[in-house]
Amino acid sequence: MTPFELVPLLDLGPLLPELPEFLAGLALLAVMWLIVAKMVAPRFEELYERRAEEIEGGIRHAERVQAEADAARAEYQKQLDQVRAESSRARDEARERGDQIIAEAKERAAQEQARMIAEARAQIAVEREIAMAELRSQVGVLATTLAGRILSESLTDDERARHTVDRFLAELETQPVRALDAEE
Amino acid sequence: MSSAQTTVPAQRERKGTSPALIAVLVIVVWIAATKASQLLTGATSSWESPSTEDFQFEGWFGIGWFNKPLLLALVAFIGILVFWLLASRNLKVVPTKAQFFAEYVYNFVRTIGRDMIGPGYRRFVPYLLTVFCFVLVSNWFGETFLFMFPTFSRVSYAYAAAICTFAAYVVSGFKQHGLGYLKVALVPSGVPIWLTPVIIPLEFISAFITRPLTLSVRLFANMFAGHMSIMVFVGGGAALLTWAHNAFYNVTGVVALLFGMVMLCLELFIGFLQAYIFTMLTAQYIGSSVGEAH
Repeated sequence: MTPFELVPLLDLGPLLPELPEFLAGLALLAVMWLIVAKMVAPRFEELYERRAEEIEGGIRHAERVQAEADAARAEYQKQLDQVRAESSRARDEARERGDQIIAEAKERAAQEQARMIAEARAQIAVEREIAMAELRSQVGVLATTLAGRILSESLTDDERARHTVDRFLAELETQPVRALDAEE
Repeated sequence: MSSAQTTVPAQRERKGTSPALIAVLVIVVWIAATKASQLLTGATSSWESPSTEDFQFEGWFGIGWFNKPLLLALVAFIGILVFWLLASRNLKVVPTKAQFFAEYVYNFVRTIGRDMIGPGYRRFVPYLLTVFCFVLVSNWFGETFLFMFPTFSRVSYAYAAAICTFAAYVVSGFKQHGLGYLKVALVPSGVPIWLTPVIIPLEFISAFITRPLTLSVRLFANMFAGHMSIMVFVGGGAALLTWAHNAFYNVTGVVALLFGMVMLCLELFIGFLQAYIFTMLTAQYIGSSVGEAH
């Protein structure tokens, strides 16, 4: 059929190879492979490596920045917690102090009150003692004075006697005060 | 084809008018277009269906072997190398648009290698890239106007590519395991010892004969059949379109041409698919060679 048959004895039809084309295919593929392997693919692989490095570098940088930010936030949080704890402690202390002050003041007031009451009571007792002593010293005199008056007027006249008693009592009501005032 | 281009706008313009009028218009335009194409190219009255003869090319300049497929292979070779050498120049970490495209292609092939071969895949990426680009561009030449021929529908190129892959996985296997590669390739792990006399010949045929054979024939047959079907639809459609004194043929020719366009798109997809499959299988074979026993 053609002068370049590789397998001349068998009729392969269109599957019959021809040597020049076969060799041309081999040569073209081989040369192309060589050039691609030496000049094209290494450049692409180098590019991919460079890109991967850059991306990795970027990721690492981002990670570092993230870590720093996390640390700063943790520090800030810690400080904030400290400040919060301190302020709450201060508040508690102030409240305690306040309670203490109030309690002390109440106690003092109660003591003062008790003292004043006791003083007043003592004074009242003293005055009563004085009044009693005054009364005791005067009652006998008064009784004899009264009896003398009743007897000197008419012993039988009931009306008059009663009148005398009444007047005496009226005198008596005014007298001790005056007597006390005079004494002081 | 020319009539198809004129009928479609006509239909669009008359939207809203009565369907009967549209139908009449379409038919009138269609017939006018077919008549015009007959006047332009001359009427045909016979057509030879494409055969394997259409895949044979005479040599040029008196050199028997310098023919169209070789020229196409050279164009693909130079084009691919120029593209990659330009693309790999001055690569930036932040890619430009052009670099992004090149990187996309490179990474596409690289990912195939990484998934199929696993650790140590990087030294095989250049070969995978070479094979992928060469097969893809050659296949798409079948749909490139002016060229209109997929290089790999010449079986010799498919054989050459398959032999390269064969060499790649056998050599890398011996490099990786030394003579132990034979054991890796021929004795699957977990096979009972009494089965080995049966398994070894089967594995030998599978690893060293059917692998390269299926690789090459799959690629060749896909391209061959695809190109053939496009020739049938486009060539036959054109012949029908300009057929003398047969309006039905003319009408059918337009349909055939339109379908030829659909086939062209399908072939673009198949061309990519075959390149992808070839690359993936290459990577898988290399992976089974350099990996641990399978």
